[in-house]
Amino acid sequence: MIVTLSRIIKYGWRGFLRNGLLSVSTISIMVLAAAVFEGVILFNVIGKGAVQSIQEKIDISVYFKSNIHEDSILNFKKTLEKFDEVMNIEYISRDQALEEFKKRHAGEAVITQTLDELDVNPLLASLNIKAKEPSQYKAIAGYLENADLQNSAEKITYAQNQVVINRLIAFISILKSGGLVLTLFLSFLAVMVIFTTIRLAIYSNSDQIGIMRLVGASNSFIRGPYIVEGIIYGVIGGILSFLILVPLINFISPYINNFIPEVDLKMYFQTNLFTILFYQLIFSIGLGIVSSIIAVRRYLHV
Amino acid sequence: MIIFQNVTKNFNHNMVALEKISFKIQPGEFASIVGRSGAGKSTVVKLLIGEEKPTKGQIFFGSYEVNKLKLREFPEFRRHIGVIFQEFRLLAKKTVFENVAFALEVAGRPQKEINEFVPQVLDMVGIKDKMLNFPAELSGGEKQRVAIARAMINHPDVLIADEPTGNLDPYNTWEVIKLLTKINELGSTVILATHDKEIVNTLGQRVITLDGGKLIKDEENGRFIA
Repeated sequence: MIVTLSRIIKYGWRGFLRNGLLSVSTISIMVLAAAVFEGVILFNVIGKGAVQSIQEKIDISVYFKSNIHEDSILNFKKTLEKFDEVMNIEYISRDQALEEFKKRHAGEAVITQTLDELDVNPLLASLNIKAKEPSQYKAIAGYLENADLQNSAEKITYAQNQVVINRLIAFISILKSGGLVLTLFLSFLAVMVIFTTIRLAIYSNSDQIGIMRLVGASNSFIRGPYIVEGIIYGVIGGILSFLILVPLINFISPYINNFIPEVDLKMYFQTNLFTILFYQLIFSIGLGIVSSIIAVRRYLHV
Repeated sequence: MIIFQNVTKNFNHNMVALEKISFKIQPGEFASIVGRSGAGKSTVVKLLIGEEKPTKGQIFFGSYEVNKLKLREFPEFRRHIGVIFQEFRLLAKKTVFENVAFALEVAGRPQKEINEFVPQVLDMVGIKDKMLNFPAELSGGEKQRVAIARAMINHPDVLIADEPTGNLDPYNTWEVIKLLTKINELGSTVILATHDKEIVNTLGQRVITLDGGKLIKDEENGRFIA
């Protein structure tokens, strides 16, 4: 058993070396396939970051009239919090609103002066409502409209921003489903390309497989070395494409960070270095093994 | 003992390659199967090693009923047979040594034995000095010697040669026939499929003559009658 296994590994390794140019081209294709796989992972990271960044910017604010007492606003907040759709609600009192306003306009003398001259706080207390899913804002807005707030609410922002919010929601859902389709498509492409390459490499050996059968080799003894070759393609291809990825991410990360501040690709890559490498190798080695098994199978019926 | 019993083989579109062939070959015999191209010689060889299945009839090889063997049973069965082909069928990506060693490796023989036996057999067929060459670097005669070495290294019960001299010059032809005779003298049954009249007549051994897929003659000390 051990003798057989060591012979299989020896032949796999020797076959890899003797295939020369064929091995090189198979590995190049494997590098490409693995790079597509990595690209898909990173694309999903960026896509999720982008979606999250947009989602965080959407909310519904209810501004309460100045004569409404804080207790009734907080009561209303409690009622809203019971809704499944609601993720969290932030209460901003009139004082807090003023603080923040002052902070935001700290350098602008005209505004601070005007504020100081006023005896009363002109700003309103508000509730900032965030939904779990962007699509749920409509339901929340619907509730707010029917909640008989005419007497207490000064304005509800959803009505103003409705068009923008709806557009963003549509954009997010396209991004999500499009990302999934692209992921599936690119993975399929990578799998097909590498599968065909390995199949062609083994096709050039098909007569050899027949001869091995006639000399009395068992199927596992014939298949074994090709599987070993598949593993070698996977390991080298996976590691090479990973090595190409490192400088690429260092280069591209600041640009993406500029565009979507929530996404720090370099950070993500560094913290998940081993996980990515692990999945990468599983992908490329698995692909090498499966392609080899399927490709050899056809020629074993002698 | 090898037995063909009423064996018929049709290829696609009902082309008849063999029709109700029956013969027995005893252990230790040297039997030639002769006939024109297309007479069915190669089909007999292919049926015997299980490369093709008979349409009708039974084929026995010792305790094996070849026509009933399952795909996974062939490797074990084929280790009892050494085969030599006209087109050599060597493993192009393995050296001469590895080609011969392969037949032992598939049988799971220890490396020590392989390192000892392979050079011995290569020496016997006269190609030991090309042990590390690849088949593409050899002449036809040399390739056939490697094939013979591979076929005989397992000490097979039967050695089957399908037109082994078809691609060789007269000198190499006689060298190959001498080797086959020697292997027969060492105890293996030898079955030689050939259309070479001179070889058959010189051997003076059993001759089974096929014509158009039918067995037309089977004689001890036979001659090739075209």
